[in-house]
Amino acid sequence: MVKLKIDNIEVEVAEGTSILDAARKVQVNIPTLCKHPDVDPSAGCGMCIVKVGGRIMRSCCTPAAEGMEVVTNDEELKDIRKTVLKLILSNHPNDCLGCSRNSQCELQDMTAELGIDQNEIIRLVSQEPKDDTTGAIVLDPAKCIICGRCVNICQNVQNVWALSYLRRGFATKITGANDTKLADSPCIKCGQCAAHCPTGAITDHDNTQKVAALLNNKENITVVQIAPAVRVALGEEFGFPFGSNLTGKIYAALRRLGFAKVFDTNFGADLTIIEEATEFVHRFTKNDNLPMFTSCCPAWVDYVEKYYPENLVNFSSCKSPHQMVGAIAKTYWAEKAGVDAAKVKVVSVMPCTAKKWEIGRDETMNSSGYKDVDEVITTRELAKMIKAAGIDFKNLKEEEADNPLGEYSGAATIFGVTGGVMTAALRTAYFYITGEELGKLNFEEIEGLNAVKVAEIDIKGTKVRIAVVNGVGNVAPVMEAINQAKAEGKEPPYHFVEVMACPGGCIAGGGQPRVMGAMFDKPWGINDEIRKLRSKGLNTEDTEAQNRLSHKNESIKKLYKDYLGEAGGEKAHHLLHTKYRARDLYKK
Amino acid sequence: MDNDACLGCQTGDKWRRKRGSLIMALHEIQGVKGYVGWQDAMDLAKTMNIPLARVYEVLTFYNFFKLVAPGKAVISVCTGTACFLKGNDKVLERFKSELGIKEGESTPDGLFHLQVVRCVGCCGLAPVCVVNGRTYGRMTPEQVPVILNEWREAFKEEA
Repeated sequence: MVKLKIDNIEVEVAEGTSILDAARKVQVNIPTLCKHPDVDPSAGCGMCIVKVGGRIMRSCCTPAAEGMEVVTNDEELKDIRKTVLKLILSNHPNDCLGCSRNSQCELQDMTAELGIDQNEIIRLVSQEPKDDTTGAIVLDPAKCIICGRCVNICQNVQNVWALSYLRRGFATKITGANDTKLADSPCIKCGQCAAHCPTGAITDHDNTQKVAALLNNKENITVVQIAPAVRVALGEEFGFPFGSNLTGKIYAALRRLGFAKVFDTNFGADLTIIEEATEFVHRFTKNDNLPMFTSCCPAWVDYVEKYYPENLVNFSSCKSPHQMVGAIAKTYWAEKAGVDAAKVKVVSVMPCTAKKWEIGRDETMNSSGYKDVDEVITTRELAKMIKAAGIDFKNLKEEEADNPLGEYSGAATIFGVTGGVMTAALRTAYFYITGEELGKLNFEEIEGLNAVKVAEIDIKGTKVRIAVVNGVGNVAPVMEAINQAKAEGKEPPYHFVEVMACPGGCIAGGGQPRVMGAMFDKPWGINDEIRKLRSKGLNTEDTEAQNRLSHKNESIKKLYKDYLGEAGGEKAHHLLHTKYRARDLYKK
Repeated sequence: MDNDACLGCQTGDKWRRKRGSLIMALHEIQGVKGYVGWQDAMDLAKTMNIPLARVYEVLTFYNFFKLVAPGKAVISVCTGTACFLKGNDKVLERFKSELGIKEGESTPDGLFHLQVVRCVGCCGLAPVCVVNGRTYGRMTPEQVPVILNEWREAFKEEA
């Protein structure tokens, strides 16, 4: 521990703590635009300067030391910060009112806090075009302040290396290698760049207008589904505490927006488990291409297709839950409801930007004979639609989902958090193998935010080795172990591997709210505390659920009995499974 | 790709065991070819196990590196103090509009490369341009098309 004084206030912190973090402990917020709890300091923006013994240094990358006396906010520091901020603003467009980050922008907030007069700034804004080639995220160089958070996340946290710096000085631009468009780069559309961007430079590819058009066409029967992670995050946009589970209110809001039926992706999660557990039991007993990888996360799928094509055989062939719901809505449900499948339009509300890409991945995404899912909007976009419609979300009465695609188990709802898919699959796989139910339904070893979690599960004497990874940047050692064992002809280190591309899982996906404002503590944006609270929201729903097992979902049982036939059978395979192909890192 | 014919692979193979040697490898490729092309960068990245994004971060950070084959005639327009004051900025603009390229670029036909330099050491002749070692003094924008045609003719005769 080291003791120091910050603005004459004594503070004791662990060795290695930055001055910036030490100051937060004594309620001193030093402004910063580039430092974020999820990334190492890069000393990029120059806003966090402080004085130590009269010398000016950056507090984000200077460790606190014994006896230090730090000044954070004298007239000279204020003056320099204002100059730095004016320089940043000098090539930032002044169109806050039309920006999707308006009122939720760190740059805007800091400009207000430091009291910069916008009119005294001469602007030289970048004329570089927007990059919306992925259809999932949009990168607008004009709004980029080159803080480097997204590059840091993309390279060092996610290990994707799609984003990078091009050129230097005033000409610097954040883009793909050699100015490659993102769609032609290794980008996996996880959207973690968008979740960490302090401004409106990287945002969702906005599909709210397209969804409005679907709803406005009265010929359509537009149905909607929400992913598990949406229910515990949307509330933040309306002043609810982190992790509040607002499923009933969201259903009500979706009905008011005009959706003909409100379904739940959790139904699809239960369906996924039936197919995936069946597949796992089959592959496990036949020792067929083990370990089996979960395939619910499209960014993870994209990552393996680009970085580990030799491991495509390891994937479960199951589609992700929302694709399953799309396929079932346009076949089974349309038939049952007696409506023309061509008129059924499916909208998915997802915590994820990669899902926008997934719906057009390949021809198996059109298994119903139509595009199985028509549009994807993120949790953030849904919040915008609710606000624009004048719905008083906070005071809405809770409603139920429409059946049969609305029923779900506790196992389904934990799909949104790291370890959840594995837990749900093991509950059902245990039943399939032994004919009995698991006594204890949770596996503590695979809960929580540790990057790689491993466990050995005893299924009546048979040991199943599992690994759970969250954050695709943490997957390399696991893949290495798997591929080395394979090369040496040894038994695989794991039988079943779950990967979610975003740290923490879908609850912290690239499309989740990034709220700011007086009611939230700084630093704003996603962090591990928020990840834990949102996870808790889903885990609580599971523990309190009457049914916590996918194979006991009555609507799913009926679906197989009336329509699909056998799990893993021909019809199920056609509608609910996909295939994978190697993709080049760069198209050029 | 055949390793014998692959400059990026060979260079990468030579340097990959030495940490922090990316810039040396890039220098070597440019030394042989005169520039570092997309395929060279891809091959080098793969052999050295460095992400392509990092290779281009380095390539585009240093002005020294060229990403495309420079034109046969390298036009250097001096924008040092004397030449600039004597109006070489207008000469530069004329080169750009005549050739349809910006400084640091080459024409698609591979004939001309345009670059800006700071002082070539003959300020008495300002404003000055140098084409492949030949110095043109007291330049005016009107001379630009004349000089370009001279070089085009010369290349035609060569061919």
